Order: sequence, then structure tokens, then C-alpha cells
Amino acid sequence: MIIKIEDLSYIYNQNTPFEMKALDNVNLVINEGEFIGLIGHTGSGKSTLVQHLNGLIRPTSGRVIVDGMDTSGDKKNLLKIRQKVGLVFQYPEHQLFEETIYKDIAFGPINLGLNEEEVQQRVKKAMESVGLSYEKLKDRSPFELSGGQKRRVAIAGVLAMNPKVLILDEPTAGLDPRGRDEILGELKKLYEEENITIILVSHSMEEIAMLVNRIIVMHKGKVAMDGKTREVFKEKKKLEELGLGIPQITQFMREYRMKGNPVDDTVITVEEAKNELIKYLRSKGND
Amino acid sequence: MIRNITIGQYFPADTVIHRLDPRIKILIVFMFIVSLFFIASFYPYALILAFIVLTVKLSKIPFRYVLKGLKPLWFIIIITFIINVFMTKGEVILELGPLNITKEGIRQAVFMALRLIFLVIGTSLLTLTTSPISLTDGIEKLLSPLRKVGVPAHELAMMMTIALRFIPTLLEETDKIMKAQMARGADFESGNIINRARNLVPLLVPLFINAFRRADELAIAMEARCYRGGENRTRMNELKLNRNDILAISFSTIFFLLIILTRYIGIRGIL
Amino acid sequence: MSEEMIRIEDVTYEYGSYGEANYLVAVSNVTMQVNKGEYLVILGHNGSGKSTLAKLMNGLLVPTKGDVFVNGINTKDKERIWDIRKTAGMVFQNPDNQIVATIVEEDVAFGPENLGIPPDEIRRRVDKALEIVEMSEYKKHAPHLLSGGQKQRVAIAGILAMNPECIILDEPTAMLDPVGRREIISTLRKLNSQEKKTIIHITHHMDEAVEADRIIVMEKGRIVMEGTPKEIFCQVDKIKKLGLDVPQVTELAYELRKEGFDVPCDVLTVEELVNVL
Repeated sequence: MIIKIEDLSYIYNQNTPFEMKALDNVNLVINEGEFIGLIGHTGSGKSTLVQHLNGLIRPTSGRVIVDGMDTSGDKKNLLKIRQKVGLVFQYPEHQLFEETIYKDIAFGPINLGLNEEEVQQRVKKAMESVGLSYEKLKDRSPFELSGGQKRRVAIAGVLAMNPKVLILDEPTAGLDPRGRDEILGELKKLYEEENITIILVSHSMEEIAMLVNRIIVMHKGKVAMDGKTREVFKEKKKLEELGLGIPQITQFMREYRMKGNPVDDTVITVEEAKNELIKYLRSKGND
Repeated sequence: MIRNITIGQYFPADTVIHRLDPRIKILIVFMFIVSLFFIASFYPYALILAFIVLTVKLSKIPFRYVLKGLKPLWFIIIITFIINVFMTKGEVILELGPLNITKEGIRQAVFMALRLIFLVIGTSLLTLTTSPISLTDGIEKLLSPLRKVGVPAHELAMMMTIALRFIPTLLEETDKIMKAQMARGADFESGNIINRARNLVPLLVPLFINAFRRADELAIAMEARCYRGGENRTRMNELKLNRNDILAISFSTIFFLLIILTRYIGIRGIL
Repeated sequence: MSEEMIRIEDVTYEYGSYGEANYLVAVSNVTMQVNKGEYLVILGHNGSGKSTLAKLMNGLLVPTKGDVFVNGINTKDKERIWDIRKTAGMVFQNPDNQIVATIVEEDVAFGPENLGIPPDEIRRRVDKALEIVEMSEYKKHAPHLLSGGQKQRVAIAGILAMNPECIILDEPTAMLDPVGRREIISTLRKLNSQEKKTIIHITHHMDEAVEADRIIVMEKGRIVMEGTPKEIFCQVDKIKKLGLDVPQVTELAYELRKEGFDVPCDVLTVEELVNVL
């Protein structure tokens, strides 16, 4: 267990006419090594929730415990908490500010008080993890890069903090399919090779299906569903009631099954669907 | 949070005051401000207070909302009060070391504080009852006779509109960038003044870059919508004076003239 | 032959000049035309030249070489640039950066006001435009409090109020969530079928291209594919090589075909695939 959330509620603009309850009694446990998909439509409380996980927002009531430290506790712990839980905001390329890519990525490690050598190692490693060449790019200005590359610099800036948990808020928003696939591929590799816990906020069920092993669904500030990816995607009706959906391929398999074809309709990727259908269609052909 | 800045924020409603022509309202506030500086005794303040109470009642804005506009200015009001208390010479009632509190000092301090408070309330009543856009229209129209002498009335108004439109967007952005940098261990809260200023770089640089990007995109979008300056431009809502406008301006003119006159002939001379 | 809305003749557009560091040929020897009433989708990944092409279509950019005609008017004709812009309206990617006013209806009025239209007529157009995009109930709202999809619909209404024959949309859904995207797509369909507007929709979301009359795929400033959605999506390999996507069911159909099953290649929706299998 790396993060524990107990009875967490959060109210924006408390005691004003604009008061709004963004989180309502949330209880969650996040374990090391999980790859979690956090979904919910706009305004469901996802963003407020993730900002609690590294102490950017403190609970109105309840507690968030990160690796044994309470985010509302001693302020001195905040830096440690933010080192442990890295948060990549939406459109993170909008926060770049340094003259060179190296300096921008080094911002976090320097704030942690690391020495020059360690900083350099961190920057190098972070750049490699997101597929940017350290030698070629370190002295270039981040503002000369393409949109997708800028975003990778920004993600590297968080990775260089060496977080145990990496949270990404819609890391693929606005990217074209190629840029999106590159970033998702890098996340997958990071998860498999670095023993890092990842929380991915996304609107794309296809993306979620491809990557995560657990889904948390937020709705009106509450946890509406929480379970294994495949289990959650079985509940099409419930997801649709929450303004969400299932991957197109799962949708197809369900409808195909309803037409009287006994195929496994819990598949969630094209690859799985292909194998399942080949098996089914061949056996049907042999009859 | 950072989003709740009430000073100058419009309180939407459909009342006599809201419907008044913005030009009339601006002129009235102008007279209001001028007359405040002519007031020499406490009695005319009572009339001013009555005027404010009447306006607030007619505009159906809750009083606490009006008072909220004072919040960011309490500090200035208190400073003004303190300076006046200690700096005015006269009959000493209390000695505090080298500083004296005088009877005249207290009178002067209360007087100046009231003037400031009325000043703020009066102007915030204008912005509370007039949407920024019609305020801008009003200013544009009032300034347009000055175009002949080179005052770019339309351009000024357009700049104001765009500023108003983008203030909330930029505030939100500030909040987001600040948090993103804090997530990377940035500290905006501690250290001495020089350190703090230096720590703002990671916030200000992206903020400016983004603002320029937005400006660029907005300029292209405006051009695509055939914007070419104020010439030959029409407006959907043309400003037209009606009976209420005439009544309001007439009443106010007389009222504020009387207020100004109190300085010279005393309140008794008026009543 | 149907009447032509936009004609692009051997157009090249270069940023900077040859030899400079920022020199870039964004559009290179493109010839194409858009017909009146057509729903055209232009696909391509970032940097393929599709946004530049869009800006050439209403005179925001003027070709380095070649000519662009909007309703028969050359975009190089400076005298008639405003006629061109009111004929071919343009909606951009970021809804925040194209809304000028602080009240929804005032923003929609911005275009017609620039055209010098009389106040009553502006009022009529604004009300109608807001009704078409289904935003009438928000007409007195402040734009910054609306959702992304709603803001983008306000931006569309702002263009509609100028009464254009043609609307060019440059990645209008790129910054929206799925709900917002659906709102925009159904608005576009309505504009095309009910209001008879010519629609040119630039995107990199393949699923948004499924219902187009015609698709053009751009790569490195050139047109590399052109055809109906079914013709385009049949070429799954080529599409993927260009760094684009196909809908999941199209990909599945394609994979099954490769395995020797008799599945047509032009499957675009769940229903179609269910029916052919």
C-alpha cells in the first residue's frame, strides 16, 4: 500500500455562494505496482482527487496518507510527498520555462537539493525514458520542439523527481495518433521496467483497455466503480449511465454475441477479439 | 480561491438601475466622485449614504455583496485612518510616546476613511450593476467625440473587452501552472523577498508565453471574423436614452450640485 | 458536375524563405476542389500541412505559388478579402482563444457587427445561430463558465451569424472530451444536412471522418489519398503507415481478412461488422 485515502471530502469555495462539493467521502487504497485507469466525465472529481494525492490540495475532511505521511500533516513533509507522487497535469508543455531542455528537466531534482552529478544522472535517465536523445537535445530550447516532444520534456521533468507513483492527467489530449501511441508506449515500458505505480486519467476507453489493470470510476465526487479492467468493462449499462462507455471492440463483441454467436464478449482489445473470432469462426466453419 | 475576485464583478439582475444607460451611470459616478471631494462636513455624508442606500435597494443587490468590494481595500483604509489619527495637529486627548492622538485627528481620520469607503462603494455599484461589456460600450461612446483629437476610443474599448474576457482564463492558468511547478518541488511561499521574486520565474515565463500564444490565436480568429477596427462597425445593442435615463441624470445632477454647494453655504443653507 | 465552392490550383505555401532556418514548405503543389454542399474531411497528423491548407481557404494565408478561389474570387484579390472571409467562415482548435466577448450573445454578434449589418438584422441572426447550435438558453452566460463543447458551439454560432456558405473547422474537437466531441460532430452534421452549409472539417480523429462525403489525407504538404470513407478506410496498412488510426472494428475486419476470412474491407461501424460476420 503506497497511498491510502480515508473518508476524503473536499468542498470548493466553502461558505460562499459558489460552494461546491467536489469530493464526497472517498475511500481508496492504492497499492504498489498497480496501473490504474481513473475515469469519469468532466466535473466528476477526478482532477480534484489526483491533486490531493501529492498534497497540492488538502482535504476539507478526511485524510490522505502517502507512504505513511499525512498530506495535511507537517508542511515539511510536503516536498517528500511531492517527490514520491509525481503529477503530470493536462497539457504539461504549457509549464515549460527554461532556456534549455536540460535545465527544465533539472528543475525538480534541484528543488530536491540533489548534487550536480545526481541531477545530471536523473535528467539523462528521464530523457531516455520518454525517448528523447540526451546528447542531441539537452542544450536545445524546449520551445523549438514539436508539440508531442514538448510534452515528453514536461513528463521527463516529473520523472526526474524519481516518483514512486506517477499520475498523468490526460497525457494524450490534443495529440495526433502517432504522438499518442508514442507516449502510451513509453508509459507501458516505464511500468514494465521501472517498477513504478501509474495512475492514468483518460477519456479514451480504448487507451484504458490497452494499458491498465484496475479501473476507478468517479461520479459526482464519489467512487462509483472500482475493479479489474475486464470486470469494469463488463458493466456497460452502468458505465453508460455515468456518461461513459466501453471500447468499441467490446461493444462489437457484445452485439455479435447477442446475435446468437457464443463468443467471449469480455475481450477489450482488437488483438484479443481477433484471436477469439478466428477460433470461433474456424470451429463454425468445421461444423 | 484565486477565482473569487468580486471587485468590479457584475451582479446580474433586471432592475431599473441595471437597465440605465451605461453612459448615464458613468456620468453619475463621475459626479458622485467629484462631489465627494467637495464635502467638508459630516452632514452631507448622510445624504450620500441615503443616495447609496436608495441605489442599492433599487438594484436589489444584497448589502453584504456591496461591502465585499471593500475587502481588498481594508488595508489601505486602515492605513489612511492611522496616518490621519497621528498626523493631525490639534487638541491632544491621548499621548502614546512620541505620537499624539488629537480630537481633530480622530475627526479627520473618520472623515477620510468615510470618503474612501464611499468612493469604493460608489464605483463598485457601477460595476456591480453594469455588465463589463456595456460599461465598455459606455466608455467608447462617451469618448467617441474625442476621436477627432486622436483618442482611439474604439481601440481602447476593444482592449478593455478582451482584457475582461481573458482575466478569468489567465487566473485559472496561473493557478494551474503554479500547481504544476509545486508538483516539481517549487516553493512560492517561503524565503525572503529576493528569493520569492526569483521563485516566480517558473510561473511568470510560461504565463507570458501562453498569453502571447493566446493573443496570436485570438488575433487570427478576429481577422477571420472580419474584424478591421471600429470603422463601419455596427452594434447589435445600440445605446438609446429613455425616460428613466433622463430622470436619473437630472435628479443626480441636481443632487450632486447641492452636495457641492454645501461646502460653500453649509448644509443649513441648502435645507 | 456540382457547383464549386473552393478551388485550389497548384498551390504551394512556404513559411520563411529558402535558406533560412525556419524555412518550411507547408503545402506543396496541391490541386483540389470543394463542391457546394459537400461534407469534406481533411485528415493528417500534426505537421502534415492540413492547418495551413485551411488558412489558405479563406485568405488568412495567401499562396506562395498558385491560386485559391473562394466562390470564384481569388484570395489574392485584396479588395474582396472580406467577401471571402464572410463566405468561408473559420472555427479554430482552442475554443478559449476565439471568443472575444464576455457574454455569449455579444460574442456571436461580433462577426455581423464587423460586417456593418443593421442592429435588428444582427439580433435576428444571433438568435437563429444560437438556436441552430442549441445554445439559446445560454445566451446571457459568460463564456468562461461553459464546457469545452459549449464554448466551441458558441464559436460555431459566431461564424454562422455571418451567414457563410462554407465553414472550415480546424481541429475543432482536439481539445474536447468525448461528450464535447459528440456535440460538435452532431452540430456539424446538422449544419450540413439542414442548413446546407459546405463543411470542411480538419481532424486527426478517424472516427469523426466516417460520415463524411469525401476524405482527403495529407502528408508532408501533399494530398496522398482521396476518396469516400469506405475507399479510404479499406487501405488500413497505408493509413497506419501515415501515422493515423482506423476505427477498432475496421481494424478487426482487416485482420480477419488477412487471416483468410471473407470479410469486406470497408466496414466502418459496429452494426456493419455484426451484419457481415
